[in-house]
Amino acid sequence: MSSVPADLKYAKSHEWVRISGNVATIGITDHAQHELTDVVFVELPLAVRKVKAGESCAVVESVKTASDIYSPVSGEILELNKSVIDTPALVNSQPYAEGWFYKIQLSNPAELDQLLDPQQYRAQIEGAA
Amino acid sequence: MIDGKLRRTPLFAAHQRLGGKLIEFGGWEMPVQYTSIVDEHLAVRKAAGLFDISHMGEELVTGTGAEEFLNRTLTNDIRKLAVGQGQYTLMCHETGGVIDDLYAYRLESNSYLLIINASRISEDVAWLEKQLAGRDAQNPVRLQNSSDATGALAVQGPRVGEFINPCFPGPSLGGTRVDHVSELKKNQVAKVLFQECEIWVSRTGYTGEDGFEIVAPAERMEAIWDRLLEAGHPYGLKPAGLGARDTLRTEMCYPLYGHELDEATTPIEAGLGSFVSMAKGHFVGHTVLAEQKLKGVGKQLIAFKMTDKSAPPRSQYAIWGSGKEGAKMGEVTSGTQSPSLGIGIGMGYVPPQCAAVETPVEIEIRGKRTPAVVVQKPIYRKVN
Repeated sequence: MSSVPADLKYAKSHEWVRISGNVATIGITDHAQHELTDVVFVELPLAVRKVKAGESCAVVESVKTASDIYSPVSGEILELNKSVIDTPALVNSQPYAEGWFYKIQLSNPAELDQLLDPQQYRAQIEGAA
Repeated sequence: MIDGKLRRTPLFAAHQRLGGKLIEFGGWEMPVQYTSIVDEHLAVRKAAGLFDISHMGEELVTGTGAEEFLNRTLTNDIRKLAVGQGQYTLMCHETGGVIDDLYAYRLESNSYLLIINASRISEDVAWLEKQLAGRDAQNPVRLQNSSDATGALAVQGPRVGEFINPCFPGPSLGGTRVDHVSELKKNQVAKVLFQECEIWVSRTGYTGEDGFEIVAPAERMEAIWDRLLEAGHPYGLKPAGLGARDTLRTEMCYPLYGHELDEATTPIEAGLGSFVSMAKGHFVGHTVLAEQKLKGVGKQLIAFKMTDKSAPPRSQYAIWGSGKEGAKMGEVTSGTQSPSLGIGIGMGYVPPQCAAVETPVEIEIRGKRTPAVVVQKPIYRKVN
């Protein structure tokens, strides 16, 4: 069964959000990495830039397919995880730790209320299974 | 997924028990992977993997006219087959366009088994029947589509020879005569017993590794699958899905119908000229293929490797000439990240003047032209 940590928020499109003050860290869930399997390439937005919630802002490529990653929140991207570009398999092995994608300065913290809590996200992925 | 419309192989329940992730392939519900494409791929390269290939079709061609009929319908020279031998061959239109690529085995002197692609069964059967119509009855030929009653699996990898004999005790009862199936040489096929049921075992595959393919009655498939999994477990045998089957064959540059081959492509264009016998006499497609062999082709299948780390190339991505002046040359037919080499690889068609090994090219990956280079086939070579 996929891991769904209790301290995170989730997007329906399988990204997770860890909130620390006004900064959110974004990655993809254990369920998502399991569905993709064998992540071989991660493309992150190169320059620092502003993104809107729901905007496609990264691409994850597995052996089988390419998948767009949608930012769950709006804001300015502060930091990219270079490790995940060098070692894409971190997305599979540590989706909630070393496999994070980027950190973002929230421009509209009210958007967090639109995200799923762990129970809701688990219900979504188990409904799909 | 359209439930109820997809076909299932005799091993469907086994795939579910093993946690296989099921996808649609050529109208069938098949496992794409059990754990990971990369893990399964590397298991086949280093130890062993077990594939369900029951979706493939089996057509029996029998009778005193079978040899002559097949030699007029297929491109390779079937007269080269002794009883108990198989060969890769193709079936073409008069235009040279490929109807299917297949394996033909001579099981008995007047009995041949054709292993055909799942997605092409109805086209192949219709074509064979059409070729048969109007023949004189002097040397009869009988066609029998036994695809539904028959299952098949492939057990592939360098360690398979260490555990296959106890699964299918010899000596063989037909085909190539051997005491143990491990004595079969490449492309040989033998009839052996499995729990008192006659099955066919051949030393063939689609992975570039040593291995065997097994053709048996559908109702015996699950018992054979379980027996092999049990026997191979101590040697590192893993069940492997269509995902690994695809990455393994792409590394070897083996064509897949619908990708490298179709009715608008000839075997010569696909680089399969060695499976087209010009010396054997007339066959369907002979005129066009002979001319292409003599005068050359308009497109040629290349293999390529990405130059640097990149997103994997995928089928239908554009292939461009190198540099600012480079024009669009063709399309990728198969592409993936090579699990063995850790880099993007693929195949595609380009004009022959751009097909030389070491030609720099660019693959358009999601809008970005990314450097690659034409390489020799196969892309992966075993290091012993």
